[in-house]
Amino acid sequence: MSDTETRPTRSRREERRLARQYARQQGAWYPRWFWPSFAAPAILWMVVFFAASFYVILSVAFGTEDFFRNPLPVFQPWWWDFGTLTEQLHKIFGGVYQTVYLRTFAYVAIASVLCLLIGYPIAYFVARYGGRRKALFLVLLIMPFWISYLMRMFAWSSLLEVDGYVNDLLTFLNVLSKPYGWLEGKGITVVLGLVYGYVPYLILPLYGQLDRIDTSLLEAGRDLGASPARTFWRVTLPLSKPGILAGLIIVTLPMFGDYYTNNLLSQSPRTTMIGNLIDFTYANTGLAAQGASLVLTVAVLLIVPMVWYLRYTAKAAEAK
Amino acid sequence: MSTVARPAAPPAARPWGPIRWFKNPWRKPRVLESITWLYLAWSILPVTIAIAFSFNAGRSRSSWQGFSLRWWTQDPFDALFRSPILRAAIFQSFRLAVLTTLVAVPIGALFAIGLDRWRGRPATAANFSVLMAFVVPEIILGLALFLSFRNLIKFIPLGTVGQVIGLVTWQISYAVIIVRARMLSIGRDYEEAAMDLGASPTGAIRRVLLPLLTPALFASAAIVFADSIDDFVTVRYLSAGASSEPLSVKIYNSARASPTPAVNAAATFMLVSTFTVIALGFLAYRFATRGQRREGAVKEFVAY
Repeated sequence: MSDTETRPTRSRREERRLARQYARQQGAWYPRWFWPSFAAPAILWMVVFFAASFYVILSVAFGTEDFFRNPLPVFQPWWWDFGTLTEQLHKIFGGVYQTVYLRTFAYVAIASVLCLLIGYPIAYFVARYGGRRKALFLVLLIMPFWISYLMRMFAWSSLLEVDGYVNDLLTFLNVLSKPYGWLEGKGITVVLGLVYGYVPYLILPLYGQLDRIDTSLLEAGRDLGASPARTFWRVTLPLSKPGILAGLIIVTLPMFGDYYTNNLLSQSPRTTMIGNLIDFTYANTGLAAQGASLVLTVAVLLIVPMVWYLRYTAKAAEAK
Repeated sequence: MSTVARPAAPPAARPWGPIRWFKNPWRKPRVLESITWLYLAWSILPVTIAIAFSFNAGRSRSSWQGFSLRWWTQDPFDALFRSPILRAAIFQSFRLAVLTTLVAVPIGALFAIGLDRWRGRPATAANFSVLMAFVVPEIILGLALFLSFRNLIKFIPLGTVGQVIGLVTWQISYAVIIVRARMLSIGRDYEEAAMDLGASPTGAIRRVLLPLLTPALFASAAIVFADSIDDFVTVRYLSAGASSEPLSVKIYNSARASPTPAVNAAATFMLVSTFTVIALGFLAYRFATRGQRREGAVKEFVAY
């Protein structure tokens, strides 16, 4: 105890030196570079392939083209030409891309709300009433993760054919009088495809959050006279808010870059999304600068939710 | 139970009915349960049907024409295991997945170990940038790397090398997340005990920490492998023509043309390989954590 009393008289530097000396005597001393050197390969990798790639995106977006319309990236920021980007921004605000951007926002909004409406009851049921079958439910809920997204969309594309089982069922039940052309560029098909594709990603973080709720809080709510509905509304729902937000973000992020759902279920310009515009620039020469600036607009759009999500998961990991 | 609800409902004056059943706070959550089962059926049934159609005798993917193995082995040109294109694609899929796992898991695991001990601003920044690759939409990363290999790091060829680099760049984060979680649950006690007993710091890592991390390494290897097989975005952007396209990209390309059930067979084959790898990973995980606290082995694995 006397040690704590003398401590303030030592400088922090001194203290660190003593700690190091003690640790060395115990054989547990690590040099300063020891732990960072473990992280070095990954950091190097990320700098070369992640950070640098984004710099290339900037250089291509603000660079020029050669005679054959191949991109000539400009790596010096002071020579950057913001022409393509302003051109793109004009296209987005009031130009040809405006409809695509608005459509993407609408699809993503509708699809993620539907994901939440479908996912919440399921996450809630498994978290609260899963009981001994929780592991089984979790395995079933996680199964779609190990089925390729491609396979899952592709499965629907044959079910939704004009002579497919969905039309067979709906005409048999007299919901439809004649088969519906689901795959002929219908917005509803794309939205349902997005919902089907991304619901599992929303359920799991939401489940994690709901599972962490202390049930004694719910009992307290009931003890104090709240009805089950009111307890849900005033206790469970507010406590699950971060999980809802995290789930919504984790489904909207990939939806903004999604081009494959659209390509597999519609292929029509009537349902084009931002991802399709980007994908189109990959497949066609002369559009690299355009693709790069589209990527930039999407990245700027998504940076806030991405950062929020990473901070949320970091906090959740510490809470565990 | 100490739960005291509001004053008991008025005595059973009204007859039993659906509304009273719904209002009973102690009833079983049948509605929620049926929603959950309906959802599970909805999520798995279409895939089951697609698997069944890989055994269709005719060319149709939407109407059943009898059972056969035509699209797996029998059709001389299009069957999955006969068509030279599809066979090459299968090998490419596995080549990419193996290479990616071999590169991404060690790099990610080392990073997670280092980051568990290395604190401070630079560490937070490094962690953040690695995890960023996890949330960036794949198309952005794919296109960025494509433009980078074309314009800046030109000595990296598109094709297998480029594809592996692309996959590793975002798969590192999976390994990091999994190994990190395990590091947190292990704590530092075992290592300190080892060093008290005379182990050197590196010896403690090698003899104590690594064996304890084995389950997490198995889990992340399985997940990285499965994800790399399934990927069709990054891999497509970084491929060098048809010869370096794995099975997933072949499926994507032909799904937009006029596909035969051979595509279903290919997708089924991918699914079976992914599930096998995940199951092997789970078994290895169980084996490596034997003797440790058992409850929730499934849950723990699933949490990854």
